[in-house]
Amino acid sequence: MNMTLGRRVLLATAAPAMALFVALLVSSAVLIASGSNPLEAFSEMVKNGVKLEVIIDTLNRATPLFLSGIAAAIGFKMNLFNIGVEGQYQLAAFAAAVVGANVVLPGVLHVGLIILVAMVVGALWSGLAGVLKTERGVNEVIGTIMLNYVVTNGIIAALYTHVIDKGNANNAGTPANDESGWLPDLNGVVELFTREIQKGRKLTGMLAIAIVVGIFYHLLVNRSRIGFDLRASGINPVAARAGGVPPKRMVIMSMLIGGVIAGLVGLPEIVGNNHSYDQGFVKGLGFLGIGVALLGRNKPLGIALSALLFAFLDSSAGVLQFSGTASKEIVVIMQATILFAAVIAYEVVNRIRLREEVKSASLTTGATA
Amino acid sequence: MTAATAVTVPVAPTPQSGWASRPEWQKWMAYAAAGTLVLAIVGQFTGTSMLTSSTLTSTAIKWSIPILLAGLGGLFSERCGVVNIGLEGMMIMGTWCGAFGAYHWGPWAGLVVGALGGAVGGLLHAVATVQFGVDHIISGVAINILAPGLARYMSESIFVNYDGGSATQSPHVDGLGDFTVPVLAGGKIFGWRSPDLLGNIEDRHWFLLSDIAGIVRGPFSQMRIFTLLALLCIPLTTYIFFRTRVGLRLRIAGERPAAGDSLGVDIYRYKYLGVLVSGALAGLAGAFIVMELTGLYQQNQTAARGFIALAALIFGNWRARGVFASSILFAYPLALSLQDLKGTSVRALLLVIAIALAAVVVWSYRRPNLADAIIAGVMSIGCVIWFATSETAPAWLPNTMPTSSCFWCWCSLPNGFAHRPQLASPTDEAIARAA
Repeated sequence: MNMTLGRRVLLATAAPAMALFVALLVSSAVLIASGSNPLEAFSEMVKNGVKLEVIIDTLNRATPLFLSGIAAAIGFKMNLFNIGVEGQYQLAAFAAAVVGANVVLPGVLHVGLIILVAMVVGALWSGLAGVLKTERGVNEVIGTIMLNYVVTNGIIAALYTHVIDKGNANNAGTPANDESGWLPDLNGVVELFTREIQKGRKLTGMLAIAIVVGIFYHLLVNRSRIGFDLRASGINPVAARAGGVPPKRMVIMSMLIGGVIAGLVGLPEIVGNNHSYDQGFVKGLGFLGIGVALLGRNKPLGIALSALLFAFLDSSAGVLQFSGTASKEIVVIMQATILFAAVIAYEVVNRIRLREEVKSASLTTGATA
Repeated sequence: MTAATAVTVPVAPTPQSGWASRPEWQKWMAYAAAGTLVLAIVGQFTGTSMLTSSTLTSTAIKWSIPILLAGLGGLFSERCGVVNIGLEGMMIMGTWCGAFGAYHWGPWAGLVVGALGGAVGGLLHAVATVQFGVDHIISGVAINILAPGLARYMSESIFVNYDGGSATQSPHVDGLGDFTVPVLAGGKIFGWRSPDLLGNIEDRHWFLLSDIAGIVRGPFSQMRIFTLLALLCIPLTTYIFFRTRVGLRLRIAGERPAAGDSLGVDIYRYKYLGVLVSGALAGLAGAFIVMELTGLYQQNQTAARGFIALAALIFGNWRARGVFASSILFAYPLALSLQDLKGTSVRALLLVIAIALAAVVVWSYRRPNLADAIIAGVMSIGCVIWFATSETAPAWLPNTMPTSSCFWCWCSLPNGFAHRPQLASPTDEAIARAA
C-alpha cells in the first residue's frame, strides 16, 4: 500500500469531521425551522461548557457513557452485537444497591464488594446471552433485546417492592448505603490544578476506574492473545477457526468481559450520587453507549472522545432551556444526527480507501483496474 | 453446461401420514380448539369466566394490533433482506405524526400521516443500509435514539401551543370509530337493537359453549374500523409476497439478490420499497396506539412494543399469519392484566402455563429430548405449586410472558433460532419468471 501517511490521517479524520459538520448543519436547520437562532444557541453552549462546574458535569456524564461504550465495543470487535448493555447495567446496579444496603463491612471492603457484585451480575446476565447463542443458536441481538426486557419488566419489577426502603416514604427506592459504601470523589485532585469547585458538584470517583478500564481495554484488544483472537474472529471467523480459535469460547469470553464492564456503568449512582437504586435511576445509557462505541470506532481514545462529546451535549442541554435560546431536546437530535452522519461517513471513507487500494495495487502489478 | 447439471432435480416429498400431512388451516383450527378447551377447563376449575369473556377477547385483539402491524413491518423489511431494529423508533414517529394528523384533519388523516411519519424513519434506514451499506443493527439503533428526541422536540415546539397539549403529550384525538355486528353481538340496525345471540349464550356460563361464544363474540362486538383494516393487512401481506410479481421480487432482493440482479431486477429499488413499507406499517402501529388505545400522544407510550414486534416476527416464523398468532399470544396476558386488577384471573393463567408446559414435556419426551422434558416438567410443577399457594398473581407476570415464552421456544427448538429465517427461497424458475 503506497498511500501516504498524510492521506491516511486525512481519511481517518475526514469522517468524524464530516459527521460533526452535517450534525451542526441539520440541527441548525431544525433550530431555524422552530424559530431559534442556531448561532446564539451554539455560542451559549460553548460559553457555558467551559465553566468548571459544567466540565465536572460533563465528566460525570461521560464516565458511564465511556464504560458503556467500552462494554459494547468488546463485542463489536468480533462482530458480536451486544445490545444488552442496557439490561446488564440496570440489573447489576440494582443487585449492587441491594447488596450494598444490606451488608455491613469496613470502608474499602464495602465499596469493593459493591463493585464486585455489579461486575459479577453484569457478567452473568451477559454470559447468559452468550450461552444462548453458542448452545441454542439464539441470535445475540434478539437475545439481548429480550433479556433487556426481562430485566426491566420482569426481575426488577418483581423484586422492587420487596427491597424498597419502607421506613422512608419520600424515597421509593432501595435503602441508601452506609458511608463505608461510598466511593470518594475526585474533587481534591481537580482542585489541585484549578480553583475550588462550587455548587456542590462532585467529580465521581468512577472516573478513575473508567480510565483503568480504558487502559485495560487497550491492552486486552491490542496487546494480548485474547484480543488478537477476538479481532481475528471478527475480521474472518472461518480463518480464525481454522487457525485454532474456538468460536464458541470467544463468544462467551467477549460476552463475559463486556458484561463485567457493563456492570460498572450504573455504579456512579450507587457508590456516588444517590447511594441507592430508585425510580429515577438513570436509563438509556446502554443504547447511548452503542452510539458512543460506533462513533469512536471501537478504539479506546475514540470512545473517550465521543463519550465526552455526547456528555458535553447533554450537560449543555440545561443552559439552552434556561437561557431560552432553544429547546433542550435539540441535543438529542444532535447526538443522533452525529451518529447517523458518522456511520455513513465511515462507510463512504471506507469505500474511498478500498478504491484507492485497488488502484494502487493495479498500478504496482501493472494490471488495468 | 449440460441439462443434467443446470436443472436441480427436485427431491420428491416423502409421503407423510397423519398430522404432518394435514393442510395448514386444519392445524390452526386444531390449535385454536385446544387453546379454547384449555382455557374453558381452567376457567371452570378456578371459577372465573374472565379467561374467555368477550370483553377480554376484544381487548386482546385491540392490544395485539400495534404488535401485529409493527411485526408485519418487520416482515416486509426482513423479507427483502434488511434487519429492522429501528421499528421502535419508527413507531414513535408514527405516534407523533398520527396525533398531529388526527388533531388537524381528523382520524383518517391521522392514519395517513402516521404511516408517512413511520415511512420517513424507514427512508432513513433505507438510505443508510441500502445506499451506504451501513450495518443494519447500527442504523436501527441510531433511529431508536433519534426518534424519541425528535418527537419530544417537536412536541415542545408544536404541541405546547395547543389547548390541552404539553411537551409530553398532545390534545385528545379521535379514533376511526367502531361497530358492533347485529344479531351475533347485539349491534343496532337503524336504531333497532338486534338480539345479542352470542352474548346470551356467554351469559349462561355453560361449560365450553359459553366459552366459545365469548371468544367468538369478542371480534364482533365494538370492532374498531382501524382494527379491521389492520387485520386485512394479514392476507394482503401474504398475497403480495406469494401471489404478485412485486412480492416475488421483494423476496428475491432478500434471498437471491445476485441471481435477481443478473436477470435485471433492480435490487436496490425493491430493498428501498420493502424498508419504506416496513416503516409505514410501524408508523401505522404508532398511529393505532394514539388513536385507538390512548386517544392522545404521550411520551414513551410505545413501551418497547417495537422490540416485542420483532420477537413476534421471529416467533411467527416470518409469516404474516404467524405474526398475527404470536401477537395475539403476547397481547392476551397483557389484556388480562388490564381487565383483572385484582390478579385472580392472572393467577388462573399460571395453570394455563402449567398445562402448556406439560404439553412441552410430552413433545420433548417423544422427540426425544430428555433434558428439555425434565426442565419443562420442573417448571410445570413449579407453576402448579405457585398456583396452589397463592391468592393472586403479581402484575409483572403478564408483562414478561411474551419474552419468556419466546425464550422457551427458542431454547427448546432442535436447531435453536437461526439468525436467517428458514424461508422458502424463490426457485430459479420463479426468478426467471419475475425478471
